[in-house]
Amino acid sequence: MSNVFIALQANEETRPIIEAIVMDNPQAVVKREPAMVKIDAPGRMVIHKETIEGLVGRAFDLQEMHIHLITLSGNVDETDNSLTLTWNN
Amino acid sequence: MDTQVTKKKLGLKERYKLLTRDLGWETTFHTKDEVYPYVKYEGIKINDWDKWEDPFRLTMDAYWKYQAEKERKFYAIIDAHAQNNGHLNLTDARYLTAIKMFLQAISPGEYAASKGFARMGREFGGVGTQVACQMQALDEIRHAQTQIHAISNYNKYYNGFHAFSDSRDRIWYTSVPRSFFDDAMSAGPFEFMIAIGFSFEYVLTNLLFVPFMSGAAFNGDMATVTFGFSAQSDEARHMTLGLECIKFMLEQDPGNLPIVQRWIDKWFWRGMRILSLVGAMMDYMLPKRVMSWKEAFDIYGVENGGALFNDLARYGIKPPKGWDVAAGAIEHMSHQLFLGLYQWSFGTAFHGWIPSDDDMEWLSAKYPTTFDKYYRPRWEHIKKLEAEGTPFKNYGLAKLCQTCQLPTVFTEPGDPTMMCHRETEYKGEKYHFCSDGCQEIFEHEPEKYLQAWLPMPALFSELNGDIGAWMDWVGLKNGVDNGDYVGSQDQINFDKWRGMATSNKQS
Ligand SMILES: [Fe+2]
Ligand SMILES: [Fe+2]
Repeated sequence: MSNVFIALQANEETRPIIEAIVMDNPQAVVKREPAMVKIDAPGRMVIHKETIEGLVGRAFDLQEMHIHLITLSGNVDETDNSLTLTWNN
Repeated sequence: MDTQVTKKKLGLKERYKLLTRDLGWETTFHTKDEVYPYVKYEGIKINDWDKWEDPFRLTMDAYWKYQAEKERKFYAIIDAHAQNNGHLNLTDARYLTAIKMFLQAISPGEYAASKGFARMGREFGGVGTQVACQMQALDEIRHAQTQIHAISNYNKYYNGFHAFSDSRDRIWYTSVPRSFFDDAMSAGPFEFMIAIGFSFEYVLTNLLFVPFMSGAAFNGDMATVTFGFSAQSDEARHMTLGLECIKFMLEQDPGNLPIVQRWIDKWFWRGMRILSLVGAMMDYMLPKRVMSWKEAFDIYGVENGGALFNDLARYGIKPPKGWDVAAGAIEHMSHQLFLGLYQWSFGTAFHGWIPSDDDMEWLSAKYPTTFDKYYRPRWEHIKKLEAEGTPFKNYGLAKLCQTCQLPTVFTEPGDPTMMCHRETEYKGEKYHFCSDGCQEIFEHEPEKYLQAWLPMPALFSELNGDIGAWMDWVGLKNGVDNGDYVGSQDQINFDKWRGMATSNKQS
């Protein structure tokens, strides 16, 4: 199973996003590098709007993530409520 | 009971459809073939353009909103950097070599990408494609501008930054990325998308930008981290466009597969050649290193590239033809190229140097099977020559590869002691190549590559071989911008200013 990943800038606004990813993807592995955080997961990773909103205590538009994204890997599917990365192998 | 009906808020998919639907009108004055004259000649068959969807479904209003926010963040930090003498927080001014190379070689590529995507936004037939390409054209021009703006702060204090636009067109190592983009822009729209959208953005940018930004952060360069992250935040969208494009072509018609595969083979190889510059940057130019070029390649090349090509196997796509050769060269390429840059440092608008003992220890730990065996002995020899007052300098001109335009400094696959060199005769002229990969690219389209502008022949055709005139022409100040770092104005000034910043010393 190949890993999908997402990398975000290390800053105050991405802290709850990273926390939410870890909560929703128990197999995710977080790697902290200078100024950035890379999260790997085998085959699939889902980022839920609701989980992030629960942590930040306000409405959160998943597209806000565009401001902090560094890179990602996998086929992307985005809806209003979630962003999913998958490899079909 | 409240009978008021609240208007249902539109979902992402509906909003995106509404944004784009009217752009895809049926033309009546002209046929589709007349409106989109370039979409067929490459042989790619498209049956239904509507099948191409942007998975991020970013609408124009959201695009402006988020881009504006990125710009505000960017300028807040760039201003702070300029106001607080940010340049003195660098680990060492040697680090700026990587940034000079970036400005001379990569930022103009951003501008070229902008021109390319603006053209593709017009030439593709589908609405989703047009919108995504137009957004990327705007992103890319923003990248070029923010990079030039951020790096201009260094131009106030250090050499080698002032003539990047002339360097881009005229100097030898910058012609490597220049020819990459020229090649892509003079191809058809689908090949352009494979070249830039897929190979460059999806397969290679991780290797270019992620180590660059982490390296900048590690070496105290806040300006570069800032433009890097600002640009990189667009990159996920660009990569996704590249991946969607390739899947779209493969799903539309089975006849597209061999054409796409050939482009993947070609553009992977061209990309790997550009990355040799990044390898030299990571392994030699950063005073403090985040990871080696090989470690970066293991993560983003082997692991991530492997995942991608496994995924595409369902369409019949195979890993790029040059993959094994490239993988076999990973532990050699950065050493071979930096040795080249060192010996030709009279002709670079940045400085060269001999790696310190500490650096060599680091290199042998990171490259246990190659550094001590093949490269340390050469550096030790060069060090000895330097100590004896006869430094190893090559004032001859490098022989350039007709395809990638790098000097032919690389070795044979499987034999790191033998220089690799290929030649092809075409219409009575001899053409030289650094590798089988580059030779095959030429032989497939010789009429295209024989037109390549190569800096060494140009030195003779345009300037009669006069090196001094050449330096003026490329904007390189001899004895200032080029040569050894040790004893350079950059070194002397940085050490002096750093001393003034951390003590009360007057000069
Ligand atoms: Fe860019
Ligand atoms: Fe080449």
